[in-house]
Amino acid sequence: MSTVFADDKAAYGGVRGDAPTRWIARHPLAALAIAVAVVFVLWLVLAPWPTGFEAVFGRKRLFISALFNGITLGGLYFLVATGFTLIFGLMRNVNLAHGSLYLFGGYMGYEATQWTGSWLLSYVVAFVCCAVVGIAMQFFIFRKMEGQDLRQTLVTLGLSIIFSDLMVWVWGGNAIQIDTPDWLSGPIPTPIVVALKSSGAPMFLYYPRVRLVIFAAAVVLGVGMWLALHRTRIGMMIRAGVDDRDMLSVLGFRVQLLFMAVFAFGAGLAGMAGIVGGTFQSLSLGEDSHFLLASLVVVIVGGMGSIPGAALGALIIGLSEQIGTVYFQNYSTVLSFLIMVIVLALRPQGLLGRR
Amino acid sequence: MALAQTTQEGPLGIGAAPRSGELAQWVSRHGPILLLGLFMVLFPIIANDFFVRQIAGWTMILGMIALSLMFLAGYGGMVSLAQMTVAGVAGYMIAVLGVSSLPKVSLFWPWWVAAPLAIVIAVAFGTLAGALSARTEGIYTIMITLALAASFFYLTLQNWPIFNGFNGFTTIPAPYFLGVNWGGPVPLYYLILFFAALSYAVVSYVSRTPFGLALQGARDNPRRMEAIGYNVTAHRIAAYAFAALIAAVGGILLVWQNNQISPFSVGVDVVINLLIIAVVGGLGHPIGPFIGALIYVILRTFALDALVAVGLDGRRFQTLIGLGFLVIVLFSPDGVVGLWRRFSARVRGNGGRNGL
Repeated sequence: MSTVFADDKAAYGGVRGDAPTRWIARHPLAALAIAVAVVFVLWLVLAPWPTGFEAVFGRKRLFISALFNGITLGGLYFLVATGFTLIFGLMRNVNLAHGSLYLFGGYMGYEATQWTGSWLLSYVVAFVCCAVVGIAMQFFIFRKMEGQDLRQTLVTLGLSIIFSDLMVWVWGGNAIQIDTPDWLSGPIPTPIVVALKSSGAPMFLYYPRVRLVIFAAAVVLGVGMWLALHRTRIGMMIRAGVDDRDMLSVLGFRVQLLFMAVFAFGAGLAGMAGIVGGTFQSLSLGEDSHFLLASLVVVIVGGMGSIPGAALGALIIGLSEQIGTVYFQNYSTVLSFLIMVIVLALRPQGLLGRR
Repeated sequence: MALAQTTQEGPLGIGAAPRSGELAQWVSRHGPILLLGLFMVLFPIIANDFFVRQIAGWTMILGMIALSLMFLAGYGGMVSLAQMTVAGVAGYMIAVLGVSSLPKVSLFWPWWVAAPLAIVIAVAFGTLAGALSARTEGIYTIMITLALAASFFYLTLQNWPIFNGFNGFTTIPAPYFLGVNWGGPVPLYYLILFFAALSYAVVSYVSRTPFGLALQGARDNPRRMEAIGYNVTAHRIAAYAFAALIAAVGGILLVWQNNQISPFSVGVDVVINLLIIAVVGGLGHPIGPFIGALIYVILRTFALDALVAVGLDGRRFQTLIGLGFLVIVLFSPDGVVGLWRRFSARVRGNGGRNGL
């Protein structure tokens, strides 16, 4: 019984920060395997590859760029999936219109860059536009069918169909790309050796500046969100609501306001992610279902309603997609699919999810 | 949302053989559906090939696949979005194993080998999908099955060795046996009618067997069913396998009807449209999916002209579908069948029984 007690203490923040240590103590072999894998990957990244290695893994440049693309794509997936997982965790609402919000934010950001010429301002525009749509959805529809999970989901489905058709109407079916601003465009050198020249001098990896900056922003945002959830009063209310929203409302907190705030924030994040996606890739018809699927898989793998889970899931899925595209061209989606199946079979609540 | 009412017909199922004294009672109880069956049998006499193939054929095929969704959602409480994908797996397999215009990929096995094998593979896939989602509760099912369905769509899109990528397969002929070319409009119509009626009858029958009743019990109160000693997860997985069988047959018929299959036959929008068909028709009765399919097919075929005729943009068809779906979800959660039940209850002033 003592382990159960320790679990409870950790879950309610009684002992702060020692959860990883205890996890390692309880699963020494798994921890060792993870440590070895991390060291191996670090070595793969940092050291110049010995000859013969390239026969197995292909050229190092290919591997490194797949790795970097995967991690930065994970950052993008994280931006989309956190809103999804927050909304689900608090309101039990599977928002199948989340992909539409992503695409809508991207298009609004595109319009904003066209009008104002400012890439940064477009984030504000996209956030506000999507947040307003989110508030409207919560206020006019979901507030009236609280607790009816399936009906809410069906409504989001209907909305997603209407939204995507209307967006095709306005912006057409062609792909739209948001231009990277000058101060972010172009590659920057990284201290990672890709190959050795015939003279023996090392060649370093050059990587698009914008992707690194956006990844850093996603990390900052993730850490900020974790802090907000765990160190502020609103965060406390959200966590309490995830655990038991009836109790929260009985205690006199204004749950409806909280719901609207979370819906607005989650929708706004999806909108900002739309600009990131429009800069990294492009915006077009079908991207909404692509990013809805990505959020679903990320959240299923990471664990429903958990922000660290969304981060881990996004990293895993981003990496598996990019590495899969390089090494198993015809089967790269099968890789993420297999990861999802394995996680579901072993841990149906997701890697970091709670029952 | 009340997903389903328990079926209100008597204990005597379609599959049970009535004795002579009960025959009149049986006929009167199933009168409407027998009349409908008779009408469907005679339909090719009064209708032209367009209505037989494009309207009735599509209605029954989509109805069958939606019926497998309705079985899971209505009786099992599991809204699976993977049923169209199960149908798609069967359709792809009949193209890969059987005959198509792609000798590099297709194996050109005869239909009586390819079709059963395709069904077996699709049922295995559907059962696996069920096993994955049956352990989780309620709303998670939608997420997991939607993720499975979308994964399959992207797989078919990017995989060339087996699924022939973007292009898919074309010129997949319906079989030729008993001296009949089953690809012709009327023979194919009767083939589809046979399987649609069969699956309707089997679903109505199964819903009243001990298995079907246990499944409905597990929908209403899984913990109590566990406590009585039922293995709820096993019942759910078995339900997925049964539903996959219906969807797989529907998928093969779909390919024979369409003569081609491509990733866009199993796309996310198609998967979602199938859910819309089932929900609009009603998840409370096996006739619901067919009604939903009829509405959908009629809209799909004529909405463009109708929208243009009233001065709107014909391309906004999807918005129309979405709005109609929203109206149904918001105002009649049990679909058209529910509307009809309430209407007939008001007319007769009784408890909402109807003969369907």
